[in-house]
Amino acid sequence: MPHPMGFAPPPPEVMAVTLTVNGVETTLQVAPWTSLLDALRLHLDLTGTKKGCDHGQCGACTVLVDGRRINSCLTLAVMQDGRSVTTIEGLASGDTLHPLQKAFVENDAFQCGYCTPGQICSAAGLLAEGKAKTDDDIRELMSGNLCRCGAYPNIVKAIRQVMGEGGA
Amino acid sequence: MIAKPSIPDVLREPGAQIGKPVSRVDGRLKVTGGAKYAAEFSAPGLAHGYIVSSTIARGRITRIDTSAALALPGVLHVFTHENRPSLAWFDRKWKDDDAPKGSPFRPLYDAEIIHSLQPVALVVAESFELARYAARLVQVEYEAAPHRTDLHAHRDDTFTPGKDKGGFQPPPKPRGDADRALAEAEVSVDLEFTQATEHHNPMEMHASTVIHHEDGTLAVYDKTQGAQNSHSWICNVFNLSKSDVRVLSPFVGGAFGSGLRPQHQLFMAVLAATQLKRSVRVELSRPQMFSFGHRPETIQRVALGARKDGTLTALIHEAVQESSQNENYVEIVVNWSGQQYKCDNVRLDYKLCRLDVHTPLDQRAPGAATGVPALEIAMDELAHKLGMDPVELRLKNYTDTDPNTGKPFSSKELRACFQQGAERFGWAKRNPKPRSMREGRQLIGWGMASGVWDAMQGQAVAKATLGVDGRLTVGSATADIGTGTYTVMTQIAADVLGLSVKDVTFHLGDSSLPMAPIEGGSWTVSSVGSAVKAACDRVRDRLVTAASKMKGGPLAGIGNQEVVFADGHLVAKADPSRRVSITDVMRASELLTIEEEARSVPYLLARSRHALGTHSAIFAEVRVDEGLGTVQVTRVVSAIAAGRIINPKTARSQIMGAVVWGIGMALEEETFTDHTLGRYMNHDIAEYHIPVNADVHDIDVIFVEEHDEVVNPLGAKGVGEIGIVGVPAAIANAIFHATGVRVCDLPITVDKILEGLRRNRGD
Repeated sequence: MPHPMGFAPPPPEVMAVTLTVNGVETTLQVAPWTSLLDALRLHLDLTGTKKGCDHGQCGACTVLVDGRRINSCLTLAVMQDGRSVTTIEGLASGDTLHPLQKAFVENDAFQCGYCTPGQICSAAGLLAEGKAKTDDDIRELMSGNLCRCGAYPNIVKAIRQVMGEGGA
Repeated sequence: MIAKPSIPDVLREPGAQIGKPVSRVDGRLKVTGGAKYAAEFSAPGLAHGYIVSSTIARGRITRIDTSAALALPGVLHVFTHENRPSLAWFDRKWKDDDAPKGSPFRPLYDAEIIHSLQPVALVVAESFELARYAARLVQVEYEAAPHRTDLHAHRDDTFTPGKDKGGFQPPPKPRGDADRALAEAEVSVDLEFTQATEHHNPMEMHASTVIHHEDGTLAVYDKTQGAQNSHSWICNVFNLSKSDVRVLSPFVGGAFGSGLRPQHQLFMAVLAATQLKRSVRVELSRPQMFSFGHRPETIQRVALGARKDGTLTALIHEAVQESSQNENYVEIVVNWSGQQYKCDNVRLDYKLCRLDVHTPLDQRAPGAATGVPALEIAMDELAHKLGMDPVELRLKNYTDTDPNTGKPFSSKELRACFQQGAERFGWAKRNPKPRSMREGRQLIGWGMASGVWDAMQGQAVAKATLGVDGRLTVGSATADIGTGTYTVMTQIAADVLGLSVKDVTFHLGDSSLPMAPIEGGSWTVSSVGSAVKAACDRVRDRLVTAASKMKGGPLAGIGNQEVVFADGHLVAKADPSRRVSITDVMRASELLTIEEEARSVPYLLARSRHALGTHSAIFAEVRVDEGLGTVQVTRVVSAIAAGRIINPKTARSQIMGAVVWGIGMALEEETFTDHTLGRYMNHDIAEYHIPVNADVHDIDVIFVEEHDEVVNPLGAKGVGEIGIVGVPAAIANAIFHATGVRVCDLPITVDKILEGLRRNRGD
């Protein structure tokens, strides 16, 4: 379609953005139109964070920014300048899996694995929020993370197991 | 008294690994972000493609202006039908392993538009964002032609398809006189059903990354259910040498049938990479995930006649389904109805209606997921009219032979499914009267249904390589779309050679591996699993021969049937103290590796004499808010008869996930079309609803014992499809039991329930 301004504005210039990703401070040269999700996947090769819709509808891109879970496709990298980002790649300590990662494997809380990093980051955020007390709370507060394979009952079991162990 | 030495449990043969609830062998990669999907492979200088989609449903492109896009620095090229290179001309070159009869869709082939959202251009740029931006600057002008997308408006303009697709059987000839028997029946029901269009919507959007090597060879990372299917398709379409192309898909973020045919992003990525001589990635957007195959919209009629004692005397099942203008997509919708119950007068009819849509595509339990619920809702209505328990009615008309063919089932433990499922659910406590259970505004209902799916098998080849270190590598070009293929194949291989799963590595998703069929229809364990077993059996035989020839060795002279394999050792069955390690056998025989390839072929003769299928009984509890019409599925028990279960953990997940699909089908999933535009209206996953975590509650899965020696050497039938079949009916029947409202239009949304409640109140 013709551009509403009657001409095509040139692509934006790149800017320097500094993020602390999984504990490592990184400065990136990204254009203002680059989402945090694409910055992670395309600029930092952290492809563990998934793109399932690019519109904030599925939760596959969930990461923790300053400890809070967000959809990384709904924010621009430049808006997160100076913040600390934790992705699925930053959850384990060396070879030791995060308790949620371990519980997801044990409870078969995934099938294709594509929504899994987002589910686990979202669950980590959920545990930190401390609001969920019952299975129904977990279901409600995890409903921003779609799983087309339908692993939901096992996702709830895995999260409850970690809650029972005293969180993460 | 000294106990006689017995064979320890781990030495049982076979079965040391088969049947164990092993956690997924690829689980660690998936929970750490280490599993890489098609759009996550990269190469230096990777370019990004973005597709421009048509805005009309039918007509011609009259002009494409790419100048604004090309004027942007960093935009490399815009591919259209006007500048595409020479491509294959014959239809057969465009056919893939899952293509139905007809002329397959050819992206960017000419100016003709045959469906809305059809790809009309590919913009390739240095960055993803730039390609996306430039795609919006491509101006396409069309000459629109009248289109038809409304199945209901054209339901009488149909034709009867032939055997137009692999695996499809037209309905059998009528038995008896069903129409007359229906007219004369003591009790009858006659219902019309509609099933909405559904889209697969795997969480991973379809993507292909083509790595262009300096020598011109291509490594193609594709989202597919068949790496070899994609491989032969692109080689045929682009006239590439098979040895110059390798297709890889180690991880697939869900597919559910959407990866059974090569999709147009693969074409686009290969086109750009070969023309620009660069590595290129093309990823569809979520709205573009509605631009190709889907579960077709269907209109059905099921009419049943019975005697007062419940004996079925008439069964009619008719279906009209959409296909495209260019291909005859067909699926078995009505045939199951002639197979599930004993009935002397049966008429089954299946027709297609051409619409201006993309060709539909197999979606989880294609056909059965649509047809069986219609039958099973009708059976529930019949049970209600008869004043008979729905389980009783099904048992009354139970059959151990397939009435369509007269052949006995190789195994059919559906009775056990009914019995165990009912017991687990507490069905005996059910008051048959609708609206008999209530908690405040919540009407509670219990419903049930049965399900059926085929137990198919194709040919497959696997290669097994055992190293002197005792590590086994097995490969076959199959796929793991979340089904657990990596894990169950590892178990099957480990089982044969008495190894730990840690000592086995299974490779898949690579076109260079031995031949495997596309992964679909629940036939992967049957087809590829049998090949894995056959290849490992050959390795096993060579080890036994070698051990037998070891002079003075603990197993010298031993016969093949006298050995069991356990803990990396060959052990004499009769005397477990006589044992030798695999490593020692290979060293003694100066073997560094043992490599064996084997092809598995179905037991054609035995199969031809039997009907083969998986069966299920599903029991569901719903709560319906009487004021709001909202439905919660609070409890589902699914009892499954699918032969031997290789891994109860991953198999349970398959069934559980399929029940979730059934909930979506029953209550939520529907792609709406604006027929004025001939275009889907809710083409994203905010508007196309799939179940979320809060929609799903208790799901209890039972695998009943089922022994089968006809299906394949493993006795396993596969569980990918059976879990969904019948679930929408169990839920619909539970809604009827809760509310007294019978809804036959799936999905059963709030408006339909409220309207029914109003009607029943006489408002």
